Amino acid sequence: MKLNQLSIFAENKPGSLNRICSILAENNIDILTLSLADTTDFGILRIITKDWEKARDVLTENRIIVRVTDVVAVEVPNRPGGMCSILDTLSKYSINVEYMYAFAATKAAIIILRVDAPEMAIEKLKADGSVKFVSPEDIFQS
Amino acid sequence: MSQYKRMENPMFNPVSAPDYLPPEKLRELQTERFAFIIRRAYENVPFYRRRMDEKNLKPEDFRTLDDVKKLPFTIKADLRDTYPFGLFASPLKDIVRLHASSGTTGKPIVVAYTQSDLDVWQETMMRTMAAAGVSKDDIVQVAFGYGLFTGGLGAHYGAEGLGATVIPASGGNTERQIMLMKDFGVTAVACTPSYFVHIIEVAEKMGVDLHKLPLRRGMFGAEPWTEEMRRHIEEGAGIRAFDIYGLSEITGPGVGAACECQCGLHIFEDHYYPEIIDPDTLEVLPDGREGELVLSTLSKMAMPMIRYRTRDLTSIMTERCACGRTIRRISKISHRSDDMFIIRGVNVFPSQIETAILNEGKNLPHYQIILTRSHGLDNVEVDIEMTQEMFSDKVSAIESLTARFSHAIEKVLGIRVAVKMLPPNSIPRSEGKAKRVIDRRGNN
Ligand SMILES: [Zn+2]
Repeated sequence: MKLNQLSIFAENKPGSLNRICSILAENNIDILTLSLADTTDFGILRIITKDWEKARDVLTENRIIVRVTDVVAVEVPNRPGGMCSILDTLSKYSINVEYMYAFAATKAAIIILRVDAPEMAIEKLKADGSVKFVSPEDIFQS
Repeated sequence: MSQYKRMENPMFNPVSAPDYLPPEKLRELQTERFAFIIRRAYENVPFYRRRMDEKNLKPEDFRTLDDVKKLPFTIKADLRDTYPFGLFASPLKDIVRLHASSGTTGKPIVVAYTQSDLDVWQETMMRTMAAAGVSKDDIVQVAFGYGLFTGGLGAHYGAEGLGATVIPASGGNTERQIMLMKDFGVTAVACTPSYFVHIIEVAEKMGVDLHKLPLRRGMFGAEPWTEEMRRHIEEGAGIRAFDIYGLSEITGPGVGAACECQCGLHIFEDHYYPEIIDPDTLEVLPDGREGELVLSTLSKMAMPMIRYRTRDLTSIMTERCACGRTIRRISKISHRSDDMFIIRGVNVFPSQIETAILNEGKNLPHYQIILTRSHGLDNVEVDIEMTQEMFSDKVSAIESLTARFSHAIEKVLGIRVAVKMLPPNSIPRSEGKAKRVIDRRGNN
């Protein structure tokens, strides 16, 4: 299913992530999962949270650059090669995976995919039948 | 000016009449005033007497404007060396105002005004604002600093002289500035161009659309700025951005101003005499050639300035302006010889880097140039603040943006440049002149 991910610009400097996290904490925003891409100069913090709208607003108020990105969340089949079949399907339709990250939910591992064509990815993965989509309700339930 | 002419052009303000003097008349007036000021300086200021004696010059040696080139130059260090009152030609009882510039090192520079000097200053600031189309119907917000700096009070008296409604906001407290603009229906603003860029930024964050306000004109000066920055300001706020020019050593703002044609700046030649020199040979250059602007005051009583080297690089424009003014124009000043830095033997002006950044991005992000030295080699780092529009969740997109910025800057400088993207507000904002270059080469 499609989720709204928050992508946040951070300087690669001690304290810059603390500031973002404390702003979110002060506003009672629960982070389900996150991933950090960093280079020598800057980092991009990617966050999945139920309260993405509120999180976006409080960060923007604090003059932090944040952008909402559409990502796809799927359950990774618990069998050898489960991950491969997802990637095979995407590459068959020339859908480019920009990045991905996984996290363990209560029952299964969930993978967040950032692809260049999220709608098409969902449609093709559905047709493929081998993946189980996770709805926002399921994800944020725990 | 006849009543008829004024009726024909309701915008015409009689205070601007000297802008249209026939050239022969103007030269005659300049010659007369120059002779007077040289005598005044020679007789009242030991510094000028000594300098002229050294060249074997007497006031009566000055007969025509051709003789100006024989006169000695005055430089900023001369003002420091004679601190505080050494260049005054009037006794303190005749001096009604002192201003001072913030010297970055040691003592400031002091400038003095008699009542007649203040009157001339107000007149030239009225002409400055009238040239930008400001009239008594305007509400003018002065966001130049008030105080020892000449910008605030200079703009204030100019707008007040025209009968406009003046809001003496001074610099700083940007959110309040924007609130005043909105609530009072401000139609014109005067401040430094970099501060106005900051105002645009803050207004955006406050959700105030400057395009929708009655604000129509901005008069910007006190620091060099580029054509690209003008475009950025005009598009970002929906106003027309006019250049104003001046320096406290000469009088403050009101030395020159852009007219409605926005092509160069008219110098108020009946009070300030411009020359362009080659800064190396000190030779006077013909009109049209770029060099250092040298100014002489023709009517200043308290503190005459003879051939003051401004360090501003420009040229005297040769064609007559379409606006009809006969006073000559200088081309837009986008750099000062002071701002120039030398990096691995190449002369660089911050404005060149700014132009490269503006050509690459759509908006002007906040930036700073940092010079360092390691192993005896100069390094340039340009820090640019990330904006919402430039940001992407993809590392590759930000890396290619950074690469585009560095290529654009490298094309100008001819050497490798490290561009670093920083979060918003990482670079300190100034409410006066922007500090674009940090030179740390002395420290290592
Ligand atoms: Zn003109």
